[in-house]
Amino acid sequence: MIIQPHISIQNLNVHIGENHILKNINLDIPDKKVTSLIGPSGCGKTTLLKTMNRLLDRQNDVRVNGKVLVDGENIYDPKVEVTHIRKKMGLLSQRPFPLPMNIYDNIAYGQRVHGNNSKKELDEIVEKYLRGVNLWDEVKDRLKSPATRLSIGQQQRLCLARGLAIEPEIILGDEPTSALDPISTQAIEELFMQLKDKYTIVLVTHILRQARRVSDYIGFVYMGEIIEFGPTEEVLLNPKEKLTKDYVKGFLV
Amino acid sequence: MRKIEENIFKVLMILSTIMISSTLFMILYTIFSKGIGSLSWDMVSKIPEGGFYIGKGGGILNAIVGSIYITIGSTLLGLLISLPIVIYINVYAKRNATLASITRLSYDILFGIPSIVYGAFGFAIMVYMGLKTSLLAGIITVTLMIIPILVRAIDEVVRVVPEDMSNAVFALGGTRYETAKIILRQSIPGIITAILLSFGRAIGDAACVLFTAGFTDSIPTSLDQPAATLPLSIFFQLSSPIQEVQNRAYAAAVILTIIVLIINIVAKIASKNLSKNKI
Repeated sequence: MIIQPHISIQNLNVHIGENHILKNINLDIPDKKVTSLIGPSGCGKTTLLKTMNRLLDRQNDVRVNGKVLVDGENIYDPKVEVTHIRKKMGLLSQRPFPLPMNIYDNIAYGQRVHGNNSKKELDEIVEKYLRGVNLWDEVKDRLKSPATRLSIGQQQRLCLARGLAIEPEIILGDEPTSALDPISTQAIEELFMQLKDKYTIVLVTHILRQARRVSDYIGFVYMGEIIEFGPTEEVLLNPKEKLTKDYVKGFLV
Repeated sequence: MRKIEENIFKVLMILSTIMISSTLFMILYTIFSKGIGSLSWDMVSKIPEGGFYIGKGGGILNAIVGSIYITIGSTLLGLLISLPIVIYINVYAKRNATLASITRLSYDILFGIPSIVYGAFGFAIMVYMGLKTSLLAGIITVTLMIIPILVRAIDEVVRVVPEDMSNAVFALGGTRYETAKIILRQSIPGIITAILLSFGRAIGDAACVLFTAGFTDSIPTSLDQPAATLPLSIFFQLSSPIQEVQNRAYAAAVILTIIVLIINIVAKIASKNLSKNKI
């Protein structure tokens, strides 16, 4: 049914200190689809997301065993260049964190650290991706003003544009709308719908309605294990596992 | 009953606030009222003439220049050493928590060591290296004293930069060095406060420079010459039995206070302009 996995997680185990956080995860994330990871707080879904761009490496006492293949390449291979992997993925965190610089430089930052300093190209990229997140018209007259003056909803769209500007293949969203008001949330969700033609999107969320609105596939994570994975409607409306059934029950009512 | 309790504590808080601010004004009043009479253009524009310390003419330009040299020199040198330390324990040694906490502990201890000990230590190094009392020896000793202040103060502000901010840079494919630059940019106001703290300590400390920078009536023209400093100039003049010379000590204190005030104001303005992009 899943034809072409973009990210393939194989026998992944994560320990943080003494705790076994992720237990033997096997998961194929389909190419150019939206996949949501749902589950109760503390079940490990954010940890799972962070293994995909190796941000987990930054924490203390973390041991990762198993493979995460992106385009067939194991990103936990010691020979792999970690900045190169991360360039393939844009990350959207729970709260937007604009860099301490102006709007233009925020978008251009990723390109610059990867060595692109051509003013002409950067101008084009900044405009293209700000248009891409429907922010261009709101900020085109104040590109040189601090990004922190934007509203939080605008900041989150800016962060999405910043991530897209490094021209990744994958977008990782860690509850990207949890700090936003309903209108900004809707704007982000609509963007995901537009972007899924070009990008593989992995979304952590605990809003089941959001998962239903935007995603093609859903993975249910519970106590560090993938309990169920399948097409959105099937998992939400017709779950096979009892645990999933109990979790999505609230949604059906 | 709870209302009374609140009022008692409110009065206590107001009293202590008044006490602290009035101490500041009393200090300012004392040095200004005693020193303003002796404050003249000669004071800040001339070096001591023969017999200055028994009431003859001249000024303390030697000490003003010496203090500024030592303070700026040691603050710059201190920053050059402290910033890499802070970056290392916060960005690079992140996964080596033991190393970071040992470093922090040792800087806490160094922070509490009295400056006379740094002075003695600096003197020992100086003798070992065969240096004479000189501007260079003074700068090195004062740098040793202020590094713990700089490291602790900058570490405090760098640690509160949200983890997600660094993660944002990493997620864009940034290296740890690039992340460090963003973290520092985010911490500029705190770094300026740290510089101010160490500047204040450096310019006001007498014990560190006593054995190392020495004292001279001329303005140093190279790093291997001795240099006078304001605190020592105040000390020598205040120990004089002659009233006129004692008053000049207060004038020197006024000059020292004004320099610190100017630096504070400049730093506040700089911090405001530099931090406009901060969250």
